[in-house]
Amino acid sequence: MLAGMAIIEVNGVRKTYAGRPVVDGVSFSVDEGEIFGILGPNGAGKTTIVECVEGLRVPDAGTVRVAGLDPVADHDRVTLLLGAQLQESELQPKITVGEALELYSAFYPHPADWRPLAERLGLHTMLSTRFGRLSGGQKQRLSIAMALVGNPRVVVLDELTTGLDPRARRDTWQLIEDVRGSGVTVVLVTHFMEEAQRLCDRIAVIDRGTLAALDTPSGLIARTGSSTAISFTPSEPLPDAELSGLPGASSYENRNGRISINGTDETVNAVISLLARLRITAQQLRVAEATLDDAFLDLTEHPGPADERGLTEQAA
Amino acid sequence: MATANTVPAPRTAPSRSSLAVLRSEARLFLREPGSLFWILAFPTVLLTILGLIPSFREHDDALGGRRVIDLYVPVAVLLAMIMAGLQAMPPVLTGYRERGILRRMSTTPVRPSAVLGAQIVLHGAAALGSTLLVMAVGRIAFGVRLPGQPFGYLLGLLLAVACVLALGALVCAVSRTTKIAAAIGSAVFFLMMFTAGVWVPVQVMPDVLRHIVQVTPFGAASQVLDRAATGAWPSWAYLGVVALWTVLAAAGAIRTFRWE
Repeated sequence: MLAGMAIIEVNGVRKTYAGRPVVDGVSFSVDEGEIFGILGPNGAGKTTIVECVEGLRVPDAGTVRVAGLDPVADHDRVTLLLGAQLQESELQPKITVGEALELYSAFYPHPADWRPLAERLGLHTMLSTRFGRLSGGQKQRLSIAMALVGNPRVVVLDELTTGLDPRARRDTWQLIEDVRGSGVTVVLVTHFMEEAQRLCDRIAVIDRGTLAALDTPSGLIARTGSSTAISFTPSEPLPDAELSGLPGASSYENRNGRISINGTDETVNAVISLLARLRITAQQLRVAEATLDDAFLDLTEHPGPADERGLTEQAA
Repeated sequence: MATANTVPAPRTAPSRSSLAVLRSEARLFLREPGSLFWILAFPTVLLTILGLIPSFREHDDALGGRRVIDLYVPVAVLLAMIMAGLQAMPPVLTGYRERGILRRMSTTPVRPSAVLGAQIVLHGAAALGSTLLVMAVGRIAFGVRLPGQPFGYLLGLLLAVACVLALGALVCAVSRTTKIAAAIGSAVFFLMMFTAGVWVPVQVMPDVLRHIVQVTPFGAASQVLDRAATGAWPSWAYLGVVALWTVLAAAGAIRTFRWE
């Protein structure tokens, strides 16, 4: 495929509801073949952004292009390229799984064969089950199948795993990786950090209608002041002077003999060599990588994250 | 833009998708026993019950030598239309909107208007099917003569169906939720049944009442069908009243309908 080429371009999109800006000048582009995450707190404007991409909403300002096409003006062409799974969308309660897939495949000139698709999604045993009788997970799988039945180049999945149990969620993640494996670009709207960290190549963090950050999951994590947290209880007291000058460390705390240091990989190495040099053993040594959770809180925290970090440093 | 070249030629034949939607909606329609009963069976059942009352089968000079049962055939026909267009259809469409079915369809190459069209076709067809049943039972069981002016009758039927479907679409358009649609539907329903002559046929209403009722869509339709049944060409004034209501309701529905 044309890896590295932008298939979705969002440029300065703004959308206002009743005078309140919901999306305020968001720009990003999604490369063909990637899993692109759109992450943000509830009400941040994520769904509105993807609805502009799907052509369901018309931006007040800015442009959206899907494979170079305007999703509103060129709606017919865009619907052929883009499969959507909408948040909280249902089907007729009495339509069966097989009928729904057959119907939606009839909408496209070159649809996927819906039977193997159903099998891939584990729906083949319930083709004659009515939509109203499906469980939440089964409904989600059907809606993924319906997003894929037109053989799209991009799928937009909005809050895909909300309401799923942990096992169903993991199965769905595997499925998304398979979908990407087959060459389809995936745009994933979510508020689950674990999901975004595990699946996405890049993540746009949306906060209060603006783009707070756009990076790879590890890039986002590295942006937090301290990407690694080290804690241990030394076998004998450590001189403060030795600890305060560690490279990369952003904070240091000694609480009842237990040392906690926030820093980078460099800090970890420095701590280990320091302990070795002083012949001190570290009991209950824990080195934890900061997660996307930390990065996310950092990026979407109010008031501004800079103030918060300042406080932490003072405390140290 | 280079990527634009790889876009496939636009759109599948719209007729194929619309037919698929129609087929799917027809299958779902047949899974609603409630709607099927009220549209297809109930008007004939009502006609049969009335026909079993002996005095309703006697010629009455006050009705110009006709029988009560003769007057009730067009009433039952209009009842079938009201059941289809105003009782059955609005909750289906508002439900589709509420559940996001129309929105979901907007993300495919098919326009959600295909669903609206399918619903209108199906409910219209069911109403006309019920009409045939009512007329057949009236003819066979109670000896009600077939319309003397068949073309005028057919024109009246088609106009009345168009009118009730337009009114039903207008109810969908102004109702934000299924509950509101059901409430408006039943409020309008009794009024429509009254004006169609379900309790008192329009032709035997007191003069003042009749003059009011015959400017309503079903009062006028009732006059059209009654006249055509007796063999005369229906008055253009009544045909015009039904047509005007149809145009107004359709225009209102088109102006106010929201897909989400």
